[in-house]
Amino acid sequence: MSTALLDIHALRQTFPKADGGDLLVLDGVELELNHGQIVGLLGRTGSGKSTLLRLIAGLARPSDGTITYLGQPVVAPAPGIAMVFQGFALFPWLTVLENVQLGLEALGLPEVEIRKRALAGIDLIGLDGYESAYPRELSGGMRQRVGFARALVVHPNILLMDEPFSALDVLTAETLRTDFLELWSDGKLPIKGVILVTHNIEEAVLMCDRILLFSSNPGRIIREIAVDLKQPRNRLDPQFRDLVEKIYVAMTARTAAPPRIGTVATSIDTILPRVSANLLSGLLETLAAEPYNGKADLPVIAELLHMEADDLFPVSDALQMLHLAEIEGGDIKLTETGKQFVDAATDDRKKIFQRQLLSDVPLAAHIRRVLQERANHVAPKSRFFDELEDHMSTDDAEATLRSVTAWGRYAEAFAYDDDSQTFSLENPT
Amino acid sequence: MRLNVPISVAGWGRFFTRWDVIAILLVLGLLVFLAEASRHLLQPLSELQLRPVSLDPANLPEYAARTTLRMLIAMALSLLFTFTYATLAAKNKQAERLLVPLLDILQSVPILGFISITIVFFMALAPGRVLGAEFAAIFAIFTSQAWNMAFSFYQSLRTVPTELAEASRNFRLSPWMSFWRVDVPFAMPQLIWNMMMSMSGSWFFVVASEAISVGNTTITLPGVGSYIALAIEQKNLAAVGYAIATMLIVILIYDQILFRPLVAWADRFRFEQELGMLPPESWVLNVLRRSRLVDRLTQPFASLLRRLLIARWSHSIEPLKREARTQHGWITFQWAAIVTVLAAVALWQVARFITQDITMSDVATVLLLGLATLSRIVVLIALATVIWVPIGVWVGTRPHVANLVQPIAQFLAAFPANLLFPIAVSGIVAFKLNPNIWLSPLMILGTQWYILFNIVAGASAIPAELRAAGVNFRVRGWLWWRRIALPAVLPFYVTGAITASGGSWNASIVAEVASWGNERFEAQGLGAYIAQKTEAGDFHHIVLGIAVMSLFVVLINRTFWRPLYLYAERKFRLG
Repeated sequence: MSTALLDIHALRQTFPKADGGDLLVLDGVELELNHGQIVGLLGRTGSGKSTLLRLIAGLARPSDGTITYLGQPVVAPAPGIAMVFQGFALFPWLTVLENVQLGLEALGLPEVEIRKRALAGIDLIGLDGYESAYPRELSGGMRQRVGFARALVVHPNILLMDEPFSALDVLTAETLRTDFLELWSDGKLPIKGVILVTHNIEEAVLMCDRILLFSSNPGRIIREIAVDLKQPRNRLDPQFRDLVEKIYVAMTARTAAPPRIGTVATSIDTILPRVSANLLSGLLETLAAEPYNGKADLPVIAELLHMEADDLFPVSDALQMLHLAEIEGGDIKLTETGKQFVDAATDDRKKIFQRQLLSDVPLAAHIRRVLQERANHVAPKSRFFDELEDHMSTDDAEATLRSVTAWGRYAEAFAYDDDSQTFSLENPT
Repeated sequence: MRLNVPISVAGWGRFFTRWDVIAILLVLGLLVFLAEASRHLLQPLSELQLRPVSLDPANLPEYAARTTLRMLIAMALSLLFTFTYATLAAKNKQAERLLVPLLDILQSVPILGFISITIVFFMALAPGRVLGAEFAAIFAIFTSQAWNMAFSFYQSLRTVPTELAEASRNFRLSPWMSFWRVDVPFAMPQLIWNMMMSMSGSWFFVVASEAISVGNTTITLPGVGSYIALAIEQKNLAAVGYAIATMLIVILIYDQILFRPLVAWADRFRFEQELGMLPPESWVLNVLRRSRLVDRLTQPFASLLRRLLIARWSHSIEPLKREARTQHGWITFQWAAIVTVLAAVALWQVARFITQDITMSDVATVLLLGLATLSRIVVLIALATVIWVPIGVWVGTRPHVANLVQPIAQFLAAFPANLLFPIAVSGIVAFKLNPNIWLSPLMILGTQWYILFNIVAGASAIPAELRAAGVNFRVRGWLWWRRIALPAVLPFYVTGAITASGGSWNASIVAEVASWGNERFEAQGLGAYIAQKTEAGDFHHIVLGIAVMSLFVVLINRTFWRPLYLYAERKFRLG
């Protein structure tokens, strides 16, 4: 028998698609969580890492594969696995104390015991004095402390954290992280292992003992990185920076990009990132200007623009897709076309953008072709939507169509009328 | 807080499904069954020997208390219905397919039309006793309150935020516990608001259900409703005035000691706090909260309730099924079998009933009468729109006026049309008017206010920035109405107009026949038809009338209001 707290083997998760087929979300996931470890699941939006967390929590069952917790298969929310939520998930009609007591009440403990453990949890997490406050009276940081206290008082073996700091401002998030790490290192937390879902690369390096990198659509573990730095870790430590850089490289590497999303649009079923044309030209201009002169380090750019990796990657993806920039070894570099674009005036920019859009984004070229072939140059949105839905989830199809509409409008490649829900070649004159 | 629109209007998914057909069949089947049962039971009943109602105003406090008690009992039943029916619909996918269309059809059935049927049915259960009549009245009030409450609760249950639902499962709350700790609190603000609307709306039906004649049976239960009926019969204008005053007082009392505290208390359950809104206050709640005595008295009760709510009825948590495409064959089969049998029985009932006594010419007549009533409603809604939209926008853009007008409009919405019979009838007599035209305004008397207070709500929701932009660009006059005010209030208007038109169909049953003492006027219409057949105790034709009226309501909801609603929501909803 293994000593692992949690053991995941050959896990696969699919969701039904509109056309009756299956959409693969997670594939071949292997994971082991051992005593005293914090394991980070790091990936972009759509990598299925939150889905994986919910499977571990027993909120859903995987399509295939096994999840074993202390030797028992997880088939329902297991006692001993508690979760901290991204949006806090506090009940607005319960006070801080009542929120913290909720999980204990569900355990059916005697009232005295419930009160004792809840107050101890509140004390531990630094919520003294707030017992009778309602969540709406608290700041975001205090709310998430309630979320932590609520999870800790049930004395779980495993704590699941679903991007717990991403809804907080930078300073508050950092305080909460350090407080948590301090309690964890001092052995004051009644937990044996932690799984942290995040898209924040620095957060993962700061907190985790092991980081699993996920690819997107479908989510697969592409890399496992051990973090051997001693706690407390220093973000400015060169070793820390190296690791961050290494992960940036891994997450933007072409080989890591699965065939259906990201850097190259091979066919119309590529999911397009949701990025506005303004943001694209903004990043191009920043790159072209001093001190970068056409080439920059991605982590540096991310910090400069106060963007998290998850916000920056879609922009860099889109630029790469349109061949306006290239990404290699964690650097982003303007292409010749990218330089021309930055130097051009508005009208010429649009022309360049149109050329790139129609040659590099098959969906845009497809829409344009269909419109040209039709006698009246008009086609309903549903025609393309149905086509996309055969290859991706409804939400992705909607988002992809929105992106291509926005880009098509900027490039004046085609027009879209929301009232009649039709694409056309006519722009209002 | 917004009004609910009928499911078929707000509906997602397809325009008409086979489940709608089954729902229509079941409702019709039930009506026919009740009518058939009642028809056979009608004969042995004699007039109830109740204490006669008197017009002495000294009796009014007692009558008011009795009427209010009936409404409150009905409200308790409606809550029970809401918690069970809506929960089943929201939690069980199989049941949802039938229960939701069924609720939609039930919502469209004119309650005033089948009061007669249910009264006879309930009286037959307890023949010759007051209890039967009381049951019947309470049931009638229940039917006027329950549907929108159930629908509101169902919608709330479906929109419980995912993370909250996940948190309650992650912390292994039992279904019973998560119902009381998560679902009910989340639904509470919207539910309480619907309870208030239901309470206002049910006055109309109290008046109708406390004093009703079906064939040779006359039922008079002591209460404000029968007092009004007697006042009208005896042409006692002073008594009508007393009744109005009593109603006003009763509405004020339960608003102050029941609903205001409830609303203020339920504020903590609001999931999203609207910015800039002051939390509702209630002096009663403040007194209760601050009083030590009350605190001490309720302590043991609260503790008991708490323990009951967190009780774990079962200790095991059901294991989840794997995400599977095929449904559990056996349950599906059983369920399908039950629905099929029920639908077949209903079909048989309806078919037998149609072939028995209904001729094609009957159907044609009723359809024509329906068209007559429809044209009245269309004209009236159009008139109400022309009058109330400008006024509503004017009021809504002035917060202090809006605060004054909103409660008045809500009171007027509770006002039963019968109370204006004296004016209508004397007017028609005095000026020798055509009742076909001049009785019509009574139909929209109580329902037009829905348009007004929705417009007021819509206009006060126009963001200050948009209005400032209008001022800044000197957008004035007709341009201001066309580009700013009307688009901003359109979604609100549609919601109000849907409620108003639905309510007007119901009201037509009372409003197309007006009497004042011996003088009696009738308009040609489906409402008058149903009223006549009720007096005659002709159950077959009552059911025909009700069925056709429901059909009109459902068809208009789906073909006219639904597209308009979806369009307005998509294009003009702010924020």
